[in-house]
Amino acid sequence: MDALDLARWQFAITTVYHFIFVPLTIGLAPIVAGMQTAWVVTKKEKWLRLTKFFGKLLLINFALGVVTGIVQEFQFGMAWSEYSRFVGDVFGAPLAMEALAAFFVESVFLGLWIFGWDRVSKKVHLTAIWLFAVAVNLSAYFILAANSWMQHPVGAVYNPETGRAEMESIGAVLTNSTLLAAFPHTITSAFLVAGTFVCGIATWWMVRLVRTRKPELVDLARATYRPAVVLGAVVTMVAGVGVIVSGDIQGKIMYQQQPGKMSAAEALCEGQEGAAFSILTIGPLDATCDELVHVLEVPGVASYLGTGHFSGPESYLPGVNDVQREYTERFGDTTASGEPVRYTPPLAISYWAFRLMIGLGVFSAALGTWALWATRRGRTSDNLWLSRLGLLAIPMPFAAASFGWIFTEVGRQPWVVVPNPTGIDDIRLLTERGVSTVVSPGVLLASMVIFTLVYGVLAVVWYRLMHRYAVEGVPEVHDESPEARAEQGSDDDADRPLSFAY
Amino acid sequence: MDLAILWFVIIALLWTGYLVLEGFDFGVGMLMSVLPRGSKEERETERRVLVNTIGPVWDGNEVWLITAGGATFAAFPEWYATLFSGFYVPLLLILLALIVRGVAFEYRGKISDPGWARRCDWAIQAGSWLPAILWGVAFGNLVRGVALDADHQYVGGFWALLNPFALAGGLTTLVLFLLHGAVFVALKTDGDIRHRARRVAGGLSVAALVVAGGWAVWAQVAYSVTWTWGAVAVAAACLVGVVVTNARGREGWAFTLSAGALVAAVVLIFGSMFPDVMPGLDGGSSLSIAEAASTPYTLTVMTWVAVFLTPVVLAYQSWTYWVFRRRLSTAHIPAPAGLTWKKVKDAAFGHSVPAVKPSDLV
Ligand code: HDD
Ligand code: HEM
Ligand code: HEM
Repeated sequence: MDALDLARWQFAITTVYHFIFVPLTIGLAPIVAGMQTAWVVTKKEKWLRLTKFFGKLLLINFALGVVTGIVQEFQFGMAWSEYSRFVGDVFGAPLAMEALAAFFVESVFLGLWIFGWDRVSKKVHLTAIWLFAVAVNLSAYFILAANSWMQHPVGAVYNPETGRAEMESIGAVLTNSTLLAAFPHTITSAFLVAGTFVCGIATWWMVRLVRTRKPELVDLARATYRPAVVLGAVVTMVAGVGVIVSGDIQGKIMYQQQPGKMSAAEALCEGQEGAAFSILTIGPLDATCDELVHVLEVPGVASYLGTGHFSGPESYLPGVNDVQREYTERFGDTTASGEPVRYTPPLAISYWAFRLMIGLGVFSAALGTWALWATRRGRTSDNLWLSRLGLLAIPMPFAAASFGWIFTEVGRQPWVVVPNPTGIDDIRLLTERGVSTVVSPGVLLASMVIFTLVYGVLAVVWYRLMHRYAVEGVPEVHDESPEARAEQGSDDDADRPLSFAY
Repeated sequence: MDLAILWFVIIALLWTGYLVLEGFDFGVGMLMSVLPRGSKEERETERRVLVNTIGPVWDGNEVWLITAGGATFAAFPEWYATLFSGFYVPLLLILLALIVRGVAFEYRGKISDPGWARRCDWAIQAGSWLPAILWGVAFGNLVRGVALDADHQYVGGFWALLNPFALAGGLTTLVLFLLHGAVFVALKTDGDIRHRARRVAGGLSVAALVVAGGWAVWAQVAYSVTWTWGAVAVAAACLVGVVVTNARGREGWAFTLSAGALVAAVVLIFGSMFPDVMPGLDGGSSLSIAEAASTPYTLTVMTWVAVFLTPVVLAYQSWTYWVFRRRLSTAHIPAPAGLTWKKVKDAAFGHSVPAVKPSDLV
């Protein structure tokens, strides 16, 4: 493998890994903040227990999100220096804003939240978790602004003298149509991940406790876990609708902005009206168009997804061969080094990643529906299959979100900065031109192997801790706030142990 | 002032924030085996005191680095590209160190098991020693100059980074962070460990004066411009001040002055690089501030962002330091709240072995 392939593998591995933790943090932080709000408002202990329970899982998860994020921030310069030179004038700004506006808030107020239960008043403490929750969502906005710009460059011009893209309007970069579509989709998918997570774990606990038939445990299930089941299920269902609506909008936008990506996803070779949505197409992994066999399809649906029309001239979708012809005409058929360019992303990956992203969402929908039904009007459930579905559903939206990104990123190949079809055409960069020139394949190989090993070990630790703390159930709690101490008349005694310590 | 130069100064400020803040938590991490004394249990409790002095703040400190990185990308893309690809191997090592260290802080208390704690402590220490040295090596090379070609690519290779001057720079950040960590522990703890920290800081303050003073003079004479003598003098004065104030038990002053020494070091480093962001080796091809900078438009946008947000960040970050101002002693450390190792292991193999029997749940 050459440096390019290695850099791509390293980027793919580290980024997909980072994005295992990211959606859970984004979705779970507001849910935990909501639980704590419920506690502060209603003073019901169950909400405090749930806050602490899911809060602990959030922290275990957050730690890995943080340490793998730093790698992302550095990696553009380390492995993709030529890309960084080309885009830095535009792309760096959202990254720096993200750090200043979001990461500081996240890290500082999370520290306050973890250690501050007995240090600051209830209101301040609650504000801390809300600031954290807002900041993680804000950070997603900025990083998606950077990502959307490379999917669809706007607000910039190409400067032939410096050979780079230069920013003309930060407003345009931060309101990129791609961003306005990708942000809701990514956030709702994060809520789908977190809603399913909460619902799955709480369902498993509820069923388990109800099945003991011991009155006090059945009470615990009804009083404490059932509300979490309902909360998780509602978040899942709402987020699920959001994911579908926003995904549909994205599909239509993508057909305009990156037709090659979408036609690869549909395994559509020649442009046509009333194009069918393929349910199953087979062919070799590195298929070219001639090798595809369409086995099962639903007429008109692909056209509808891409254009909003089932048939007629307006439903016309270009195929990958059309894109290849058009791009060859516009951008030439060879690279600077004389290699032929294939303006088609890997068909099999795009096709399957797209289907898995959508398909794996079904588990969450099933769990959300069944859990809501089983808990209607104060009911609890002892159905083993429901609890099994709960556990089975948890990993699915994580995988779906990864496939979403794999589709987004692989689908824009061979470009790292995709040309904007409506203008500023000179802003474009082939992936192969973005890689660092001074880093040798040996070094890249070594770093890729080391990252993979370290990340592998961390994944095991993360999984075990998450699993173990989930199996541990809601902890015993007491109100540690300064208000509660004041009520009990115990004044702030300097020798009081920390309420929480590492 | 020219916006590019303003951004050179802002980047220097971000590094100052990083080195001053994460400097002491590197120091605390490195001292994890040095400071604690007594029986096995006593040492474990003291190590927990140390970890908890920085527990609520270490992540916020590290964000200064992320911001410095992001700001360099935004304001000086050429610098970001050349530096990060050129210094690939040291940065990789730093990243790995920061990964294991961060995870070890957060996961140490999640499992109550001596073996687990020992492994985490090992990770915290390795993860603190390595960057404490490597940041100095990296900055040493920036002061000395590096081999660049006409396209601003670093062509010196990895081993050239390990020259004597840069290694001495690594030693300098190492002792400065050790000292900074020791005076921080003296300021933030109470009881025996506080006195031990002061004693260790006493030795370190003299070592720092010799090592850092020596390196600063070397840098000054070999690679810098006249005005940075001012920074060298301030650094020396601060370090002398640390020796004196630490000996007298003025812990707040000792900490302030060791922070002052780090500020002066950043001024010396960036002052000697100016007007380049990456000076060439022996007067060879270099990368200047002007060549590396983003367009005036981008710099203007970023200036507004920085001018509005940095004071806000400083305000709330300082405020959390105030919230957690209480000194910690072994008496403040609660019993370990983590799960036992056995439970963790049991859980990894299916749900059929609930660690807590439903009967002990109520
Ligand atoms: C849609 C959301 C999203 C995406 C696509 C990414 N991240 Fe991320 N990142 C987050 C959302 C996020 C977060 C939710 O804000 C995290 C995850 C968990 C956490 O601790 O914060 C985070 C953490 C995180 C951190 C550590 C922050 C800290 O110390 O508090 C850094 C430096 C980055 N990320 C950088 C990146 C870069 C350079 C990415 C591009 C390749 C990237 N992230 C993709
Ligand atoms: C929003 C922030 C992101 C940015 C700025 C970004 C940017 C990049 C860049 C610069 C590359 C390298 C060039 C290339 O190989 O095409 C890349 C590749 C890739 N990224 Fe992203 N990415 C982001 C998010 C993600 C996420 C969250 C995932 C997955 C979970 C992901 C998955 C991938 C994959 C799989 C590749 C390799 C594609 C290939 O080379 O074939 N990306 N991305
Ligand atoms: C009907 C359902 C869905 C549709 C129509 C849909 C559509 C899309 C489209 C067209 C893209 C590509 C956007 C681009 O290339 O920039 C995308 C990306 C993505 N999808 Fe979906 N999606 C659906 C379901 C899901 C589900 C269930 C999840 C995860 C739980 C998910 C997570 C993602 C993520 C994380 C991305 C990458 C980020 C982005 O570009 O927004 N999607 N989706």
